Amino acid sequence: MIHAAFLIPLFPLVGFAVLAPFGRKLGRPLAGWLATAMVAASFVVTVLVFAGLFQRPPADRSFTQHFFTWLSVDHLHVGVGVLVDPLSMTMASFITGVSALIHLYSIGYMEHDEQFPKFFVYLNLFVFSMLMLVLGDNFIVSFFGWEGVGVCSFFLISFWFDRPAAASAGKKAMIYNRIGDAGFLLAIFLVFERTGSVTYTTVFARLGQVGTPSLVAIALLFFLGAAGKSAQIPLYPWLADAMEGPTPVSALIHAATMVTAGVYLMTRINPILHLAPDAAHVVAWVGAGTALLAATIATSQDDIKKVLAYSTVSQLGFMFMAVGVGAYVAAIFLMLTHAFYKALLFLGAGSVIHAMDDEQDLKKMGALAKVMPVTAVTFLIAWLSIAGIPPFSGFWSKGDVLENAWTLTPALWAVGAAAAVLTGYYMGREYALVFLGRRRWVERRPVAAAGPAHGAVPVDADPGAGGARGTASTGSERHHGEEGLHPHDPRWVMRLPLLVLAVLAVFGGFINLPFHPSFVFLERWLDPVVGASLLNHHYSTGQQWAFALVDAAIAVTGAGSAYLLWRRRSDRPELEPRFLAMAWFIDWSFDHLIARPSTALASFTAAVVEGRVIDRAVDGTAGLVRSSGRVLRRIQNGYVRSYALGLVAGVVAIVAFVLSRAGV
Amino acid sequence: MSPLAALLSPAHLLAANGLVLPHVNYTAIMPELILLGGMLLLLGISAVSPRHLPTQVYATATAGIGIASLIASLVLWHDVQKGGPFSAVARAVDIDGFATLVLVLCSCVVILGAFFAAGFLEREQVQGVEYYALALISASGAMLMGSANDLILVFLGLEILSIPLYVMAGLDQRRAASGEAAMKYFLLGAFSSAVFVYGIALTYGATGSTNLASIGSFLAQNVVVSNGVLLGGLALLLVGFGFKVAAVPFHMWTPDVYAGSPTPAVGFMAAVAKIGAFGALLRVLFSTFPTLRTSWQPILWALAILTLLLGALVAVVQRDVKRMLAYSSINHAGFILLGVQAGTSRGAEASLYYLFVYSVLVLGTFGVVAVVGGRGDEGHGIERYRGLAHRRPLLAGSMAVLLLAQAGAPFTTGFFSKLYVIEASIAAHSYALATVAMLSAAIATFFYLRLVFAMFGERAGRQASVAVPVAPAGAGAPGGAAGQFPPVGTLPAGPAVASAAGVLTLERAAGLVDPGRAEAAAVADDDAGPVVADADLQVSPWVWVGLALCVGTTVVLGIWPSPLVDFARHATLLF
Repeated sequence: MIHAAFLIPLFPLVGFAVLAPFGRKLGRPLAGWLATAMVAASFVVTVLVFAGLFQRPPADRSFTQHFFTWLSVDHLHVGVGVLVDPLSMTMASFITGVSALIHLYSIGYMEHDEQFPKFFVYLNLFVFSMLMLVLGDNFIVSFFGWEGVGVCSFFLISFWFDRPAAASAGKKAMIYNRIGDAGFLLAIFLVFERTGSVTYTTVFARLGQVGTPSLVAIALLFFLGAAGKSAQIPLYPWLADAMEGPTPVSALIHAATMVTAGVYLMTRINPILHLAPDAAHVVAWVGAGTALLAATIATSQDDIKKVLAYSTVSQLGFMFMAVGVGAYVAAIFLMLTHAFYKALLFLGAGSVIHAMDDEQDLKKMGALAKVMPVTAVTFLIAWLSIAGIPPFSGFWSKGDVLENAWTLTPALWAVGAAAAVLTGYYMGREYALVFLGRRRWVERRPVAAAGPAHGAVPVDADPGAGGARGTASTGSERHHGEEGLHPHDPRWVMRLPLLVLAVLAVFGGFINLPFHPSFVFLERWLDPVVGASLLNHHYSTGQQWAFALVDAAIAVTGAGSAYLLWRRRSDRPELEPRFLAMAWFIDWSFDHLIARPSTALASFTAAVVEGRVIDRAVDGTAGLVRSSGRVLRRIQNGYVRSYALGLVAGVVAIVAFVLSRAGV
Repeated sequence: MSPLAALLSPAHLLAANGLVLPHVNYTAIMPELILLGGMLLLLGISAVSPRHLPTQVYATATAGIGIASLIASLVLWHDVQKGGPFSAVARAVDIDGFATLVLVLCSCVVILGAFFAAGFLEREQVQGVEYYALALISASGAMLMGSANDLILVFLGLEILSIPLYVMAGLDQRRAASGEAAMKYFLLGAFSSAVFVYGIALTYGATGSTNLASIGSFLAQNVVVSNGVLLGGLALLLVGFGFKVAAVPFHMWTPDVYAGSPTPAVGFMAAVAKIGAFGALLRVLFSTFPTLRTSWQPILWALAILTLLLGALVAVVQRDVKRMLAYSSINHAGFILLGVQAGTSRGAEASLYYLFVYSVLVLGTFGVVAVVGGRGDEGHGIERYRGLAHRRPLLAGSMAVLLLAQAGAPFTTGFFSKLYVIEASIAAHSYALATVAMLSAAIATFFYLRLVFAMFGERAGRQASVAVPVAPAGAGAPGGAAGQFPPVGTLPAGPAVASAAGVLTLERAAGLVDPGRAEAAAVADDDAGPVVADADLQVSPWVWVGLALCVGTTVVLGIWPSPLVDFARHATLLF
């Protein structure tokens, strides 16, 4: 069964290949169902391969399926193949699983969108690229997937490209990712230069011949790439803006899967990090810094999705912290549980946005728990999980990370713990503002003077083919009754993913329980890949209990304070200082210190350098081309006799040359 | 028996002069025989049929004949891989991996050529069998050149290849340019053939044989001290080949002939002439004159540099798409010369691979050009292509893939073809040449992309002139049919806007539009350029089939290149 691994990326690719030309013909629900079926099929295959791999002895759980050689020049051989091992299969199974759920959700969420089929074209292409990224058996295939998900992310952030904010957010994501990608590319070049290979297994086998400074450089360059993709300091601001994309995209790409690609990459190169501890410590501290910084920003955001975006940045910081201290299992463990509860949070937020007629301001919501019970309960579960309340999944995974951070140095633990307190707090604030308190959305909007055509349209009604472009441009994702809001839980295609993810968010932690060696399933499963570089620590049962109690205390502190502070009030300016709402003015400074000066410089060069220097040079070149063109035209004059003359000139030149070399 | 009767008896005649009719191994020349027999069959059918048969009948038959010869070629390939290479027909024909690959290639060109011609001839309402008959003869000539083991046979093949091409160039009798093209091609072709024959004569004089293998072994065993005649012969042979492949300075017929000839015929002639000529050139240089490598390498080096640069530079200033593609084909010839110049088996392999890729690309590209040219085959200005993607997304998308492949974009066969010739050149330490090749590829990208931008950037009609500053209105909504085509059509507004502005900047950079008058020119263009009615852009199903084959091959083999690369590698194992 494990030899069916090639089917895993193939299904979404087929979906893309079918939907790209025929999606429009398939039409509104059908295109979405096809895309969902393809990803679901991919998930089934993944599970089967996973099971097949599980039945093998641990030492035998890694094999390469080589498809074909793409490029073979000199001693550079780039093959296309998949590396099936516990790490890649863990990634593939949660990617396909979460993707399938979000595809299903999107059928409901995007049902009124004009570009419905196109959305699923991009989604399938994204899943294919993501799977190539994690399954690829060499750096080049992974980089191909890396760029593929980047492009899809760009397309999907700018999906409503007639909104200026969405168009510019897509551009921003692209530019930040370019910076990271440059690091990734340089790292690949360096790896190839030092080891003569780009295949993972070969590279890791040859690390002995590489000097430590090179290893540090390689690791840091890879980390630059990872920081771009996974939104770490200083390349994180794009992720907040990326929330301009449709909410399922935020859930899938900018929370659960794509942004964790950096963590995957760092885990994949764990043999390199292991030999370059200096670089690993940089990773750990950058991760810790990001976790804390983003958590502080998240406490003061008013946009329901911006809070989640900064929360994602913060959680990714925790994962890098784990990677940096050598706790790769903890990083993957947190990545998995985070995928569940963060996707759940985003999908819940999507349901709220959907029900609130595209309102995203937390201050204009409230008391939705009564009218949207399913969303409220699932959101509550996700909150408790991300906060780390036992026994929800986040408790186990975050506790694992913090315990490992302590092993390196208590200072790192302290930073992480501070961020963990804030995590419970900002998410509790969001929960309280959305689901508790007063119904601030009632007084929000006076009864709109709606035309007769905009009567109360039932949620499931088809708005008709025409005219949706106009509404889309004003930012409306859907048509809703304008005369007052009647928020309610979404229909089953959107509700089912919420419920499944909620179950996973509760029980997901049980794949790696710390109490007894026989319970750490994930650690034993990943051992063949990361075991050699894993941070070793032994804590007595008492110490472990102490860690668990402190973790629980942290979670309760954060979540409890949020509940007490925000349960009734929606306005506490003293807790939402302007510098936090403005994200420490970091994005603002980037804009004023880098983006604007470089734009000004660009304008200057366009006006002065381009106008006075380059244009003249180009005009000069053009003049040269034109004058040579004139000369050539004199030869290319249409007369056969001239052409024959040219031919003869060539003959004479060549014969003269050979005769000059002839021995007569 | 009377002396007269004895004289007239052929057997006696032959015996007296020591001539022996060679044993003819018909399997060895089966693909050529199928093409020629098929051609005779077509002519016979058209002669006996009471009324004009529709052109589709002939196209189907031609494609069928092509497939038959393809099968025969593959059978030969199989034989060669199993039983090794062999000579036949008095050692005049050499069937080895290399020859069979050329046979396969020619058969493919016949099939694709039939598809593209069918659509064109149907639209132009040109009845009759002539085009197909000529194409079949010409392809059989190219096959002979690829498998010839004798200079005389090379020359025969060259003429069998060329003479039908002269006629095809002049086939469109309603257009004076077509007749002019045929006349120019013929006169210069005759001239270069004369030079080529003189080269054969000198080579024979120096070595005492016209058989390529014999010359090769003679030169390997003897040192020709007084080698002026030999080298002169080699030089003149190179000139003859250089003319056929349109190497600078023997290229000057190319723009005029390409611009004047019926468009599908251009694609066919570009492909088939290059296959035949490069096939023979590779064999002559590699198996006959390897000992003179130090003499022919500098010549090819100079030819390649001139060809690469002139092809790329002059293409930039063309406004007629057919002329531009003519210079682009000169540029491609330079790249193929790169592999020949390397003088290694790797170079031969790269050149063969390039030939395969180029044939498919050039046939497809001219297939689209023939469609866009419209009825009368006159509309080849670049303004015809403006906004094509909005009107004909699939056509423009196919064209974009083919053009990007010609430019050498990754995930197309064009990427590997350029990569491998440059690699071969570097492996042969021709660093300067490889550098020039890369530079010329960069220059060439400009004019391919200009056409792509023209197709995808702007809409035809009046709003295009204002679309440059205020682009989102026009370019921001490819949500029509264009939105569904994957490679470029799905881009959101940003790139489309950029490309619209980009075209103008690029054209300005090339000196096509005077800086001050850019706007005026854009407006003038739109006023002057006729808005092409959709009805005028009929794409027949034949063209779709041909395009699907070309684009499919280009993309699939660009992602999964091993089969074709291995094919070329096996073909050149002997060198």
